[in-house]
Amino acid sequence: MAIHPREKRIILKYADEPGYTPDIDCYMRHGGYVMLKKAVGMDKQMICDEVKNSQLRGRGGAGFPAGVKWSFVDRKSGKPVYMVCNCDESEPGTFKDRQIVHKDPHQLIEGIMISCFATDCAKAFIYIREEMPKGAKILEQAIKEAKEKNFVGDDILGSGYSCDIVVHRGAAAYICGEETGLIESLEGKRANPRIKPPYFPAALGLYMCPTIVNNVETLCNVKHILEMGAEEYAKIGRPNNTGTRIWCVSGGVKRPGYYEVAGITLGELVYDICGGPKEGRTIKAIIPGGSSMKILKNGERFKGKDRDGNEYDWGIEDIPLDYDGIAAAGSMSGSGGMMVLDDSVEIPVALANLMAFYSHESCGQCTPCREGSLWLKKITTRMVHGEARPEDVDLLRSVADQIEGRTICAFGFAVAWPVQSYLDKFEDEFREFAQRHNHLGGDRTAAKELACNH
Amino acid sequence: MELKPETLAEIEEAIPKYPEKQSAVMPLLHAIQKDQGLLTNEAAEWVAGKLGMEAIQVLAVITFYPFFRQHRIGKRHIRVCRTLSCAMAGGAKVCDRVLSEFDTGLNEISPGGEVTVEFAECLASCGSAPVMLVDDDLHENLDEEKAKAICDQIKSEAVQA
Repeated sequence: MAIHPREKRIILKYADEPGYTPDIDCYMRHGGYVMLKKAVGMDKQMICDEVKNSQLRGRGGAGFPAGVKWSFVDRKSGKPVYMVCNCDESEPGTFKDRQIVHKDPHQLIEGIMISCFATDCAKAFIYIREEMPKGAKILEQAIKEAKEKNFVGDDILGSGYSCDIVVHRGAAAYICGEETGLIESLEGKRANPRIKPPYFPAALGLYMCPTIVNNVETLCNVKHILEMGAEEYAKIGRPNNTGTRIWCVSGGVKRPGYYEVAGITLGELVYDICGGPKEGRTIKAIIPGGSSMKILKNGERFKGKDRDGNEYDWGIEDIPLDYDGIAAAGSMSGSGGMMVLDDSVEIPVALANLMAFYSHESCGQCTPCREGSLWLKKITTRMVHGEARPEDVDLLRSVADQIEGRTICAFGFAVAWPVQSYLDKFEDEFREFAQRHNHLGGDRTAAKELACNH
Repeated sequence: MELKPETLAEIEEAIPKYPEKQSAVMPLLHAIQKDQGLLTNEAAEWVAGKLGMEAIQVLAVITFYPFFRQHRIGKRHIRVCRTLSCAMAGGAKVCDRVLSEFDTGLNEISPGGEVTVEFAECLASCGSAPVMLVDDDLHENLDEEKAKAICDQIKSEAVQA
């Protein structure tokens, strides 16, 4: 994909360069594994401190500071420590890890090995979703090449440190992106998430051993932090929102795609870089960070006070495109998967599409989520099919409210937030939609196609 | 259960990669599904014996994950993404076109046995929506015309085979 001049590419610096290939020779010609060579001669704690001081936050969804996560690892247990790279990229709207794995796999492997060395991990696992079958093969090949050069395996570069990487293929269950569900899956079970406490991976993770679970993009950043130094790295973006982020934009824009940027606004991404709405369309709403995140309505004002007590009053285009900016607008940057909904999209139908997704992906462990997500699908589907009932809009909210906060894992929020936020922002449209679709007959082709829930 | 020598080799290679044997259940199921086309109760028992598990534990795994299956499918496996970004870009029309090209319905084996067409949840390529997987190959930026061309290709390959 063409690189936009407004991008600041660090992670995807070479990915789309003509002639850049995923093999180790190409990677090494571009300065690959130099940082690993440097790292194995460094003090481990120093590397951990660098990552902490860089303020790097997790790129997978929750945005937890990576260095702090590393520091939670239980070192006194006497058990081995495991590293798990979460490559289960499955939050609808997200397709950034796909680019790294397919085009620059060695960058990920170098990031993993530096991170494993720094945290003294005994073994690393890359959990990759089965919807990317070629990605798994590319990673296997890359690991093989890295082993031949002694970057992975026994006594890495004569350091005395040994660590292997195992590629583990999932089988299309969204819940495996949730770290404790992923761990259960890696142990050879159904991916039912574990309850925290006590099962924080840093203490009781894989095989009940201390485990670090980091996203693909997060681990790639480690290499660049070491290269630039924490201080320089932290100058990219805003404090507490350091480094670049790869944003994935899909839906109603002229130029959908992935863009690595720092220090810009949501409007600059959507209007300048992505070219704004398609011809003859206007933007109705934006789901900022993957389909679980609360929706932002175009035309709405986002007001409040920041940490320093300064008041802000933003339109959707003014929202700073980072963790704190989007949080200040009442949503989350999540996995960076931005879906743009234009005025052709009926919000209740978009919800019907997503509820079919979430009901399919609930692991079924907690009753509110298992039953509730199915009810949300049933209600939104019958609305699309012309069988809306007068009580349906209120019923949707009631069911969502009873799921949120009543489940073992965050999936309960992921299913409730779209319902609650779409109703908060578009309640009139829901009521009008329910009124208009309370009888059979009429042409429902477009709505059924968007719900795509045959 | 008769497994091909390469499948058995893949299985023997997978098990020692993990600190605990049970972790190899998914790689083993992937290998057997590729070999046999589906995962039978006999396969569950075989894997259980191999990894020191109960057969019901293996069956619990098989029935949890959408990409493990207990039924036969057509020679080629077509999975069209149905989640929001693809749906906004016309994924449903693409799917309908593929179904009509093979004169089949969702989740069925087409009359000639060439394909099984399914909807899949988000295939993580929303920027090039709509997309579909044909076996391991991802096809992007689809429309009805491109979908038809892919179907024609599959049909011609089926004749050659």
